[in-house]
Amino acid sequence: MKEIVVLSGKGGTGKTSLTASFALLAGSSAVVADCDVDASDMHLLLAPVAEREEMFYSGKEAVIDNEACISCNRCLEVCHFDAVETDGTLYEINSVNCEGCSYCERVCPVDAITMKPSLAGDWYVSKIRSGARMVHARLGIGAENSGKLVARVKNEAKDIASKDSKALVLVDGSPGIGCPVVSSLSGANYIVIVTEPTISGLHDLKRLRELIVKFRLPSGCIINKADLNSGYTDEIQKYLKHEKMDMLGTLPYDEKITSAMVQGKSILEEPYSDSETAGIIREIWQNIQFKLGLDGE
Amino acid sequence: MKKPMKIAIASGKGGTGKTTLSTNLSALWAERRQVTLLDLDVEEPNSGLFLNGTLVKQETIEKFIPVWNPDPCRLCGKCQEVCEFNAVMKLGTEIMVFPELCHGCYACSDLCPNSALPMAARPMGELIHYRMGKLDFIEGRLAVGEEQAVPAIKRVKEYQKQELPDSELIIMDSPPGTSCPVIEAVKDVNFVILITEPTPFGLHDLKLAVETTRGLGKEMGIVINRDGIGDDGVERYCSDEGLRIVARIPQDRGMAKTYSAGKLIYLSHPVMKEELSRLIDFLEAL
Repeated sequence: MKEIVVLSGKGGTGKTSLTASFALLAGSSAVVADCDVDASDMHLLLAPVAEREEMFYSGKEAVIDNEACISCNRCLEVCHFDAVETDGTLYEINSVNCEGCSYCERVCPVDAITMKPSLAGDWYVSKIRSGARMVHARLGIGAENSGKLVARVKNEAKDIASKDSKALVLVDGSPGIGCPVVSSLSGANYIVIVTEPTISGLHDLKRLRELIVKFRLPSGCIINKADLNSGYTDEIQKYLKHEKMDMLGTLPYDEKITSAMVQGKSILEEPYSDSETAGIIREIWQNIQFKLGLDGE
Repeated sequence: MKKPMKIAIASGKGGTGKTTLSTNLSALWAERRQVTLLDLDVEEPNSGLFLNGTLVKQETIEKFIPVWNPDPCRLCGKCQEVCEFNAVMKLGTEIMVFPELCHGCYACSDLCPNSALPMAARPMGELIHYRMGKLDFIEGRLAVGEEQAVPAIKRVKEYQKQELPDSELIIMDSPPGTSCPVIEAVKDVNFVILITEPTPFGLHDLKLAVETTRGLGKEMGIVINRDGIGDDGVERYCSDEGLRIVARIPQDRGMAKTYSAGKLIYLSHPVMKEELSRLIDFLEAL
């Protein structure tokens, strides 16, 4: 089983639209995982039908029982996150600030503080129209631990793939380089980076590349909207060559991708399936399959 | 305008134009009055690519983590027991600290009966302060490999309070998403501008961002970027929810090209300047 993670560093480069296209091209030989749990959008293109739904508890949150509280202020003193609020008599935990470290619970002399598990989100196993299974999630608003929910989604997708002898796990990752991205990297065989020829696209590509190198993972890059700024497209290509990263292909700035999105489709589907962009995406996918030795499976 | 005025520029979805709006709005507004812009998208800070100024200060952002001192340690295991994040572990006759898992709660350090885990500073990123005319720009930048954005965001906000306590107008370029880094960026502002694009992805993530902003009890306005693409879903949602659309930035390949080269758009595209001026008038009247 191989695992491909699609990342972008910068948001809005077309990562999810491309991953959804790859998911449809991979057909039922893949298990798809939407690990962009903060702003998961892939379901809008793949219309998954849920077969299973689970709640995800992660981390804890302090609760103060004001009946038992003796206003000693110990909790207030030890909290490093300004999560304990008081008017002098009543004490309350600001749940936005609480990190769930339990320090206050441990030092409360009258056991007035309890830690309750916090609901971080839901996750689902669904079926998409290619016949493949898709694992996706919804992070609770303002929830912590998105990294752990990412790990949960990915591990579930891997379990399904190994149980059903699927050749591929295809992961749509988060923007950025923080905890959800790091969490999506573990166990990956190949990283596909979708970038754009802008000053920020290149800047964020470099930071993402630096992270991927720390994990010693092979990676390749797709330049989306390549005709927007040919100077930056050249510069990105030079950078890829210098870093010995695979150049997987360039795509034009094509508003048909948005038109397809409005219809809840990928650009590979009617009426756009014969477009130039759709053709290039198919070529890029063949290229990725070849790199991973997936063709012929 | 209420003073000090703190405005967050946020979005659920990435790549909808947060940085474009933050930098263009700040630069134009600074033609009228003193502005402080904080780039709190510390994982991928990009605002600085669009602004040229003189360096005021550069410093390391540190977080405090426990460091094991084997001499007084009696290997009682209390530190491991109190850590909720598996950041401190007793392995054989050693105590191991995993800095990237540590949330800096001090519990292990303070509760160690033998004071064997003093807290020490560890670099986790960088803060850079530039000035250009009436615009102060402060950027937070997470070191690659560091996972926790929140402490870096906190430090940038704290720096502003210490070094520029008299700022009357503070604009915060927030990270994308709806999880902890966004909450940290947005929780103490007076007004939130949510920028989106009129597509199904934009709408889906706008709804999450609106829920988050409402959950924090903040007033907000919506900016539609790339107006003209996609469909009318965002428009209908805003009118159903009574959300005020405070600016529209038209879809324009020329503007996208100006952005791609790292230039401020309003300087060469009058339509951007008009929209931003209207937005500034609206915000000044708050």
